[in-house]
Amino acid sequence: MTKKALVIDDSRAMRTILSGILGELGYEVEGAEDGGQALLILNSGGPFDLALVDWNMPQMTGYDFVCEVREEPRFADLRLVMVTTENEISRMSEALEAGADEYIMKPFNKEMLLEKLMLLGIEADRD
Amino acid sequence: MRVETSELAQADFDFVRALVKQHSSISLDDSKGYLISSRLLPVARGEGFESVAKLIAHLRSRAHTRVHTQVLEAVATTETSFFRDFHPYEALRDQVIPDLLRKRRETTRMLNIWCGACSSGQEPYSVAMVLRQVVPDIDTWTIQLLASDFSGAMIERARDGIFKQLEVNRGLPAHLLVRNFDQHGASWWIKEEVKRMVTFFQLNLDREWTCIPQVDLLFLRNVLIYFDVETRRRILRKVRRHLRPDGFLIMGGAETTLSLDDSFKRVQFGRAAFYQTGEGSGA
Repeated sequence: MTKKALVIDDSRAMRTILSGILGELGYEVEGAEDGGQALLILNSGGPFDLALVDWNMPQMTGYDFVCEVREEPRFADLRLVMVTTENEISRMSEALEAGADEYIMKPFNKEMLLEKLMLLGIEADRD
Repeated sequence: MRVETSELAQADFDFVRALVKQHSSISLDDSKGYLISSRLLPVARGEGFESVAKLIAHLRSRAHTRVHTQVLEAVATTETSFFRDFHPYEALRDQVIPDLLRKRRETTRMLNIWCGACSSGQEPYSVAMVLRQVVPDIDTWTIQLLASDFSGAMIERARDGIFKQLEVNRGLPAHLLVRNFDQHGASWWIKEEVKRMVTFFQLNLDREWTCIPQVDLLFLRNVLIYFDVETRRRILRKVRRHLRPDGFLIMGGAETTLSLDDSFKRVQFGRAAFYQTGEGSGA
């Protein structure tokens, strides 16, 4: 069955880049402009396997989104990866404590994203 | 000053190739001209030469100098990253180190680990972080974690244990970054207690391995590929002498002992393959 991912970032360019990489990994990808919209999609769009989450977004931040998702037992299997310009170690600790599974600091490249996903057991198929 | 980057003349390339072979045993085939040019460019720039060709002319005109050392180290420097390829570290964390701990717990309570080509230190520090994860009573064990490299400059960098954001953003699990590093602006400093676990020293793998004890884990990842077949065989013979019978040699994902030394057997751990001399009880 095709895996589903959610890319949550208020930058359309970033959503396009991340969606492209996840698409190459075989994911069916949906995008959201902030945490609130992402919650709506999660609640109505069937089970998602992975979410890449920016921190600073209008309406609901990525951090608040992670907190909300981790309050819901039915989203327990959703892997949450923060992808953000928040590069302070204290921010990283907060996100991990709130339940983020991984954390990528911007700027990053495709290789870095793939390496981080590999830590979560998500890899491109090797021919 | 602008430094000219044009391709190396064959005679210059041959000179560098001979110099490198003599001092580091690294073999450079004809396809490495561009690589040499790009590696020597920062050296030329740093030493005030107008071009890589002028740098090489300087090397030719003098006996071995500080600049010769810089050139040799620039050519020998290899790419590295924390938890490179991840699967070998997963195998160490979940199977190999717990097995070794079980075997040694009632006997020596000692582990010897050596990273033979550690570059700027990410590999031994990754191993140190894994050890801190899986050895709960680590203070009651004697763990010797050795790390060597051909390049003195790389050893200095590794000893400093200071990394750029770009370097810690690659392959390093976020929870281990938070636990094992302090942040100073844009730099990430490995914590003193992790740094103290590793003993760094300079070593040419094709020279005598003095001061290397019998080891339980020996990392030679993505390094034998730089040597010719005879040198690889010579190094693997030394590995046999220094690897405990139930210890493991850990090579790069695309490397193998096959057709180099038949006394090693391949042991698969999930998606990682390690090598053993075949005399121990194994995994």
